[in-house]
Amino acid sequence: MQEKVVKKTERHRESMELALKSIGSLIYEQIENREFPWIMIQSRSTDNIVYDPDLRQYVLGGRTIRRHARNIRHIRPLTQLVWTSWFARELLKLRKTSTLREVYYSARGQRDIEFRNQAESDNIITDLETALNRPREEFNLFPEERSAIFGDLTIEYTVPGYEGKRMNLTEHPDGVMIGPALTSSEFVETTADKVLVIEKGAMFTRLVEERAHERFNAILIHTAGQSPRSTRSIIHRLNRDHGLPVYIFTDGDPWGVHIAIVIISGSANAAHLRGLATPEARWIGVWASDIVKYKLPTENLTDTDLKRLKELRDDPRYKDELWQREIEVFLKIGKKAELEAFSRYGLTYIVDEYLPAKLEAV
Amino acid sequence: MTEAEYQAISPSDFFYRNREIAGFSNPSRAIYSAVRELLENSLDACEARMVPPDIYLRLTEIDTSESGSSIYTLRIEDNGTGVPSEQIPMCFGQVFYGSKYKLKQARGTFGLGGTITILYGQITTHKPVRVTSSTGGDIHDYDMMIDIEHNRPLIMKHTVMENKKGWRGTAVELQLEGDYSRSMYRIHEYLKQTAMVNPYADIIFVGPKGRLYRFVRATERMPPLPRSVNPHPHGIDVETFRRLAAVTDSRYMKTFMTEHFQGVGEKTAKRFLRAAKVGLKVDPKTLAPDDIVRLVRTAREFNDFQRPDPSCLSPIGEELLETGIRKELNLSEDDFLKVFQRKPATYLGFPFIIEVAIAHGRTVAKQIKGGITIYRFANRIPLLFDESSGVVWKVVNKVINWSTYKVSSDTPLVAVVHVCSTKIPYKTVGKEYMADQLEVEREITNSLRSVARSLRLYIARSIRIARERRRLDIFEKFLPKIAEFSTKLSDKEEPPDIRPLLEAVSARIPEVEKKISEVPQIAGEGR
Repeated sequence: MQEKVVKKTERHRESMELALKSIGSLIYEQIENREFPWIMIQSRSTDNIVYDPDLRQYVLGGRTIRRHARNIRHIRPLTQLVWTSWFARELLKLRKTSTLREVYYSARGQRDIEFRNQAESDNIITDLETALNRPREEFNLFPEERSAIFGDLTIEYTVPGYEGKRMNLTEHPDGVMIGPALTSSEFVETTADKVLVIEKGAMFTRLVEERAHERFNAILIHTAGQSPRSTRSIIHRLNRDHGLPVYIFTDGDPWGVHIAIVIISGSANAAHLRGLATPEARWIGVWASDIVKYKLPTENLTDTDLKRLKELRDDPRYKDELWQREIEVFLKIGKKAELEAFSRYGLTYIVDEYLPAKLEAV
Repeated sequence: MTEAEYQAISPSDFFYRNREIAGFSNPSRAIYSAVRELLENSLDACEARMVPPDIYLRLTEIDTSESGSSIYTLRIEDNGTGVPSEQIPMCFGQVFYGSKYKLKQARGTFGLGGTITILYGQITTHKPVRVTSSTGGDIHDYDMMIDIEHNRPLIMKHTVMENKKGWRGTAVELQLEGDYSRSMYRIHEYLKQTAMVNPYADIIFVGPKGRLYRFVRATERMPPLPRSVNPHPHGIDVETFRRLAAVTDSRYMKTFMTEHFQGVGEKTAKRFLRAAKVGLKVDPKTLAPDDIVRLVRTAREFNDFQRPDPSCLSPIGEELLETGIRKELNLSEDDFLKVFQRKPATYLGFPFIIEVAIAHGRTVAKQIKGGITIYRFANRIPLLFDESSGVVWKVVNKVINWSTYKVSSDTPLVAVVHVCSTKIPYKTVGKEYMADQLEVEREITNSLRSVARSLRLYIARSIRIARERRRLDIFEKFLPKIAEFSTKLSDKEEPPDIRPLLEAVSARIPEVEKKISEVPQIAGEGR
């Protein structure tokens, strides 16, 4: 079993390394053939991002662009792409991981290639993902971490020095940070029968304290706002590979709604990637109708909130009945409520009353 | 009731009392004017002899006064015609009021400025002037002063020396009060600009601190001497007409008109006199003042005279002007310089020729701050004062829209404008700037526009070359990096050869560069 896990990750790493190397070979040969080097990638401009109703997520359309060294505006990003490919391959070779921020800083000192800001380097990394059709986590580039996971899930590490080592995610009561090691680990076994995704840290802590993972037999995941891609990838794996239903629990406002939808249907920014969306996941609250039903303490929707709601209403991801209904209720009552609003009925009300009711309902 | 006392004053006395008119209003202005007047006389003297001028100019401080100004000795030596011994006292010791009936282009009125300088030196220091001159024979040396009240020279000492080395020329040495520190900038600028339009002159200047400045001759070639011509009837004034009529040998008006004026043939004379209602056979000496006024007035409006004859003009010429500007601005082959001489034109009966030049490029940018620097010349004299009141400033800053020629407000440019005429349209007696006389303004405008069109080509090409260079720079920067990292990434040993790619992108540059050097020639089409 252990042998198998290590081998699998090793194969994965090798195929990724080969893919990166092939970019180098391609460019090398183009120059050798006295040709200005270029790379063909799918266009990520907004008019090439389309919603795929079958996949229930955003995907890139058929349009491609060529990053061509002959073009004075392309040569710099192309050079940066080649550098980043080299950098990523070095990471894989050395079995190290790095962050987006580190990539930005590593290019410092490489005269002329230097990224002007992190947005520029992030963009090149996304180009590389698009060119390879693989998420950056596979070539060991991770975002800064802030989300966490807790519950009865045993994992097996694949990172150097920890290969084969196992851990149960209930071992640390603050939850385990979702970082490169956890993302690259194998999920060995779990007794949980669902995943509960929570937007806010305070509520996550409350659920752990109230032993919600036992009461609901759930793995708890804290997204810390809009969920990072590694977290979405983990939710996706738990749902697809382990058949665990996913329930998302956010603030009752347009921003909370959108955190849920990105987990379910993916984001336009990651339209070039698969394996991040979890179409089966369910948003269980806080709904606008819950605000009315539970008489939650509220705040008024701001102009920005209202504008955002109207945008969401026209977004293809929101076409299902639940979303349309709740958006209309938000607009009608003109109010929003945070997860913490349930404290009005006592600190444990949410675990004792609300969640069971909601889980029952779906 | 007092009785007003009227008395005649001599010309010397007049200038003594009105010396600010001639540019001697204060010590700093005076020392500048003194240098200028004497230098111009010397240049004229050399040109009259058709030898390339060799001029030595020296200012020595001999005494400081409490007012901040000092007493200086000013000495100038030239290799001009020299002045015949018997004429030296009159030329230098008397304010000369000549009646000129012939016209030709000259720097100043003969001798007047020089004498005023001597007069100024005398009234500020009470020291005699020393004039040494030879026309090829013996050398005559005069120490003299001016009797201001009676406008005549007072000779204090006259010695004759043997001329063993065959020297020819004139040396003048005088003392005057001045303020060099305040006028230093202008004097240097004046000398530099003089050297610019007289590239055949070699000028040495030794300043009061003992520093020597030399403006080296760049060519032996000199522009041809202007011919003397009769005045044109359009440009005559009543006084000149009266004097001409008084001294003429002609007995009839018809011959008077054809002999003393240009552009008047027999038929034209007849028609003109009929229009002025003066008989053909009237004796000019018997003309009544009313007749003269009527003749002059009619002449102004009479359109059948031939155009004024420009052969009395002595423009510098495109080649010489180019030599001078190139030399004084230290232009290199890469800089843009276009010189243009416009065909002769006239205003109020006076012929004039406009010569212009525009310089631009890296060397120019190093010397001047952004914007257009104007160099103005009138009959080869630099004009340094009151720039913004003059016609050239108006044309450069108000009339011409430089953006048409791809010139922005911070583009460093030098614009040179030379007006030569038998009568420069000065706006004031100070002769420091030219009026915006209609025809003159139009000719200056058209000339500058003509060279600006070449400039536009040059700038457009410079921009294109710069753009191509930048392109190439980018390829040179990134292609090696792509090669380097694709080599590392693909586990190859040697980086691929990027030279063929660089050659492909740089191929466009030499072609454009060749075109740039053609620009100065293209401009000649403007004529």
